[in-house]
Amino acid sequence: MPNRAVVALKVLVHAACLAPVAWLLYHLAISQLGPDPTATVTFFTGRGTLRLLVLSLAVTPVRKLTPKLAWLIRFRRMLGLYAFFYACLHLMTYLWLYANFDVATMVDDITRRRYIMVGFAAWLLLFPLALTSTKWSIRKLGGKRWQILHRLAYLAAICGVVHYWWIVKPGVHTPFTITAVLALLLAARPALDYVSSRRRRPAMREA
Amino acid sequence: TKLNTVKSPLSTTGETLTPYNDVTTYNNFYEFGTGKGDPSKNAWRLHTRPWTVSVDGLVKKPKTFDIDTLLKMRPMEERVYRHRCVEAWSMVIPWAGYSLSEFINQCEPLSSAKYVQFLSLDDPKQEPWINEVSLTWPYSEGLRMDEAMHPLTLLTFGLYGEVLPNQDGAPIRLVIPWKYGFKSVKSIVKVRFVDKQPHTAWNDAAPNEYGFYSNVNPNVDHPRWSQKTERRIGEPIWKQRRTTLMFNGYGDEVAKLYTGMDLRKNF
Repeated sequence: MPNRAVVALKVLVHAACLAPVAWLLYHLAISQLGPDPTATVTFFTGRGTLRLLVLSLAVTPVRKLTPKLAWLIRFRRMLGLYAFFYACLHLMTYLWLYANFDVATMVDDITRRRYIMVGFAAWLLLFPLALTSTKWSIRKLGGKRWQILHRLAYLAAICGVVHYWWIVKPGVHTPFTITAVLALLLAARPALDYVSSRRRRPAMREA
Repeated sequence: TKLNTVKSPLSTTGETLTPYNDVTTYNNFYEFGTGKGDPSKNAWRLHTRPWTVSVDGLVKKPKTFDIDTLLKMRPMEERVYRHRCVEAWSMVIPWAGYSLSEFINQCEPLSSAKYVQFLSLDDPKQEPWINEVSLTWPYSEGLRMDEAMHPLTLLTFGLYGEVLPNQDGAPIRLVIPWKYGFKSVKSIVKVRFVDKQPHTAWNDAAPNEYGFYSNVNPNVDHPRWSQKTERRIGEPIWKQRRTTLMFNGYGDEVAKLYTGMDLRKNF
């Protein structure tokens, strides 16, 4: 893909990631977020985080399908950082609208409620990834170590999905789709590695 | 359809009513889907006529009441109550109905009756979501006899001076203002007087989360979230959060029903 097309596409991705936030802020300003605005903002930012996180995790497996899609890697950091941005909005929603910045409430929640624990753990896992998202960090850490560190994104996504399941009532299956997509991505990595190793082996024998 | 109501001295005062539009589009009624907006979209499938409520169990003799008979049985009162969902949101709703005790007297229960069980309509043809949601159907709820006979317990036919919209539990439901909303069973077709505590739908699904009593209690957390505060529906986002009151603010009237009981154990 030509460089100019990538740049144009990047502008589009920025717009696609920021437009929902603009929509949310606009509807917040005119009080049009439905009967339960607190819940609307909570689900909106939470779902946004999970979707972006899963999208960023999809980049590598999709790219491995064909060399023609190699340019996709240039979008991974952006998607990951937007996922963290939505996670921060989600955390802010909790701190403001649920805990009302009351430390006692926060301590109570974080120590006693497993869905808050695992949700906060997901945010904590994303934090160092956001900090080390620069080219400088990759050089400083070394590619291999940087890669291992950034596998934490998978763990963060798992924590996020568990967080979702733990808050819905029994009988509610809304987290199912995102869980299935994440499971598919987790399975895709070893599956693709296996296929490519099978492809490589005969070539090696010839050499 | 309009209902002629008289104002009731049992109404809650000093609260802003939740807008009609919110009361009728933000619902938990799993027979019509689990999303809050689902029931208002799907409940048109419910046929509320003809409709009968059958009464059996420990009664002088089993009876069946037609909905139109029930509508005319007692003068319809307007009762404003706070409504607190176990999910930590709340509303203030002007219901229309009369005390359940008036109806129970017509049922002539035997003195051996200690509990009343209420069953909702269970018809996958009208309520296809029944097949998708894992709850025990028909939706079952129950009250101890003294709770059922308490004047605040309302047999409800309408809200905002009109018959209940389908998504709010038409044509006949309960409202028990000091208990979490799921106790206030919707679209009732059967009332059964029994001597043992009846099984209840949410208690079947998660006994550690939803108790038989389910009195609103800010001091007893739901295992997964705090019940100390609630979000008032229809308020601006920065004013939604408010303190939850013991027995949802109806303690003066109902606390005596539970004297000597450990409310932490009997949650």
